[in-house]
Amino acid sequence: MQNPFRSEEAAFRFVWVTIGYFGLIVIGSLINAWVGLAVFIVLTAGGAWYLLTRRSDEEQPERQAPATHADAEHRILVVANETVGGSVLLGTIREHAAGRTVRVRVVCPALNSPLKHWVSDEDAARGAAEARLERSLASLRAAGLGAEGEIGDGDPIQAIEDALRTFAPDELIVSTHPPGRSNWLERGVVEHARERFDLPLTHVIVDLEAEQS
Amino acid sequence: MSAHAEAHEHHGPPPIHYSSRVSPATLGMFLFIASEIMLFGSFFTVYFFVRVVNNGVNGVWPPPPYHRPAFVAGVNTLILVTSSFTMHWADTSIKKGNRRGMQAGLVLTVLLGLTFLLTQIVEYHRLGFNTSDTSFAATFFGLTGLHGAHVFVGLTILTVMMVRAFRGHFSPEHHHGIEIGGIYWHFVDVMWIVVYVTVYLL
Repeated sequence: MQNPFRSEEAAFRFVWVTIGYFGLIVIGSLINAWVGLAVFIVLTAGGAWYLLTRRSDEEQPERQAPATHADAEHRILVVANETVGGSVLLGTIREHAAGRTVRVRVVCPALNSPLKHWVSDEDAARGAAEARLERSLASLRAAGLGAEGEIGDGDPIQAIEDALRTFAPDELIVSTHPPGRSNWLERGVVEHARERFDLPLTHVIVDLEAEQS
Repeated sequence: MSAHAEAHEHHGPPPIHYSSRVSPATLGMFLFIASEIMLFGSFFTVYFFVRVVNNGVNGVWPPPPYHRPAFVAGVNTLILVTSSFTMHWADTSIKKGNRRGMQAGLVLTVLLGLTFLLTQIVEYHRLGFNTSDTSFAATFFGLTGLHGAHVFVGLTILTVMMVRAFRGHFSPEHHHGIEIGGIYWHFVDVMWIVVYVTVYLL
């Protein structure tokens, strides 16, 4: 949602929006109190829908190129949630690492509920992410891949952005659940990451249920 | 320029990295607006409660013998809306490097704001009722007075900005003071429109 007071110009526009909004309500009320109420409901609902669905300027992708690294190694940044131990993901990492010196960093976002995030109750989320990360790193090492890992921000885009500052990857691998079961896909995380980060991105879909059955 | 070359040219500490994608300025403004919504919201809640309760008695608002000076307040509304124009003029002028325009815009905004405040004080004197008379009177003065206090704070900010503007401060590149002061002034204007429509018209 856009902040109507993010700048003087935006605030000045909001003055006009407010005049229009209340002006129409007053005109409706002068005709009839019920008309006024109807105008209020329609305008409020329309305004709320517009504000909630419109993508804000602050969220417009600002393409970021990661810092370069002098090493000859190829760096892969893997971002995954519960799917971090999926065999499809491990296979993809192995495939991308084949025939070259690679360094892999796995970032596990500490997934948390919005309420717990706002009250900074992150211990359980970080603990769960850490356990997933450890399992994933063990699988990668067992497959002969040198990998390091870290717990990331609950927001995967923020987690990637944080990792870019310290790792300077050459490519990104984002792992999600299949469409329909993936909260990240529903939120357009992969698309946002493609728009925002100037890096080759591979999207891996891991169906844990199918793998376990 | 590559990031590598940039790193060599950069002196001093590394740029600040915020853990949140919300910038501090935006977050601050969000928190400010949230606090103001709660403040005004509590006053509006009381006003609407009193209104609903009294409407249940005789269906007339405000309860006789009170009347709301909607015309004078309407003129005052025009004055305040006009001051938003002059404020915007001041802001756009300094962005274009027009110092005279910024100074004129600020002077006019302060004068219009003062006119609004003085008109409200005169209106208070002529109303014929006082804060302790009834719950309607208390909520009327509470809401309009709360807004008046915001106008006073806004005028203080604008006066400081005006003095700075005449002392040669602000430039097209550096005019954060004008920007923030302007945002506050427009916020005060928006709140008045809500108060005016709610208290005087509906």
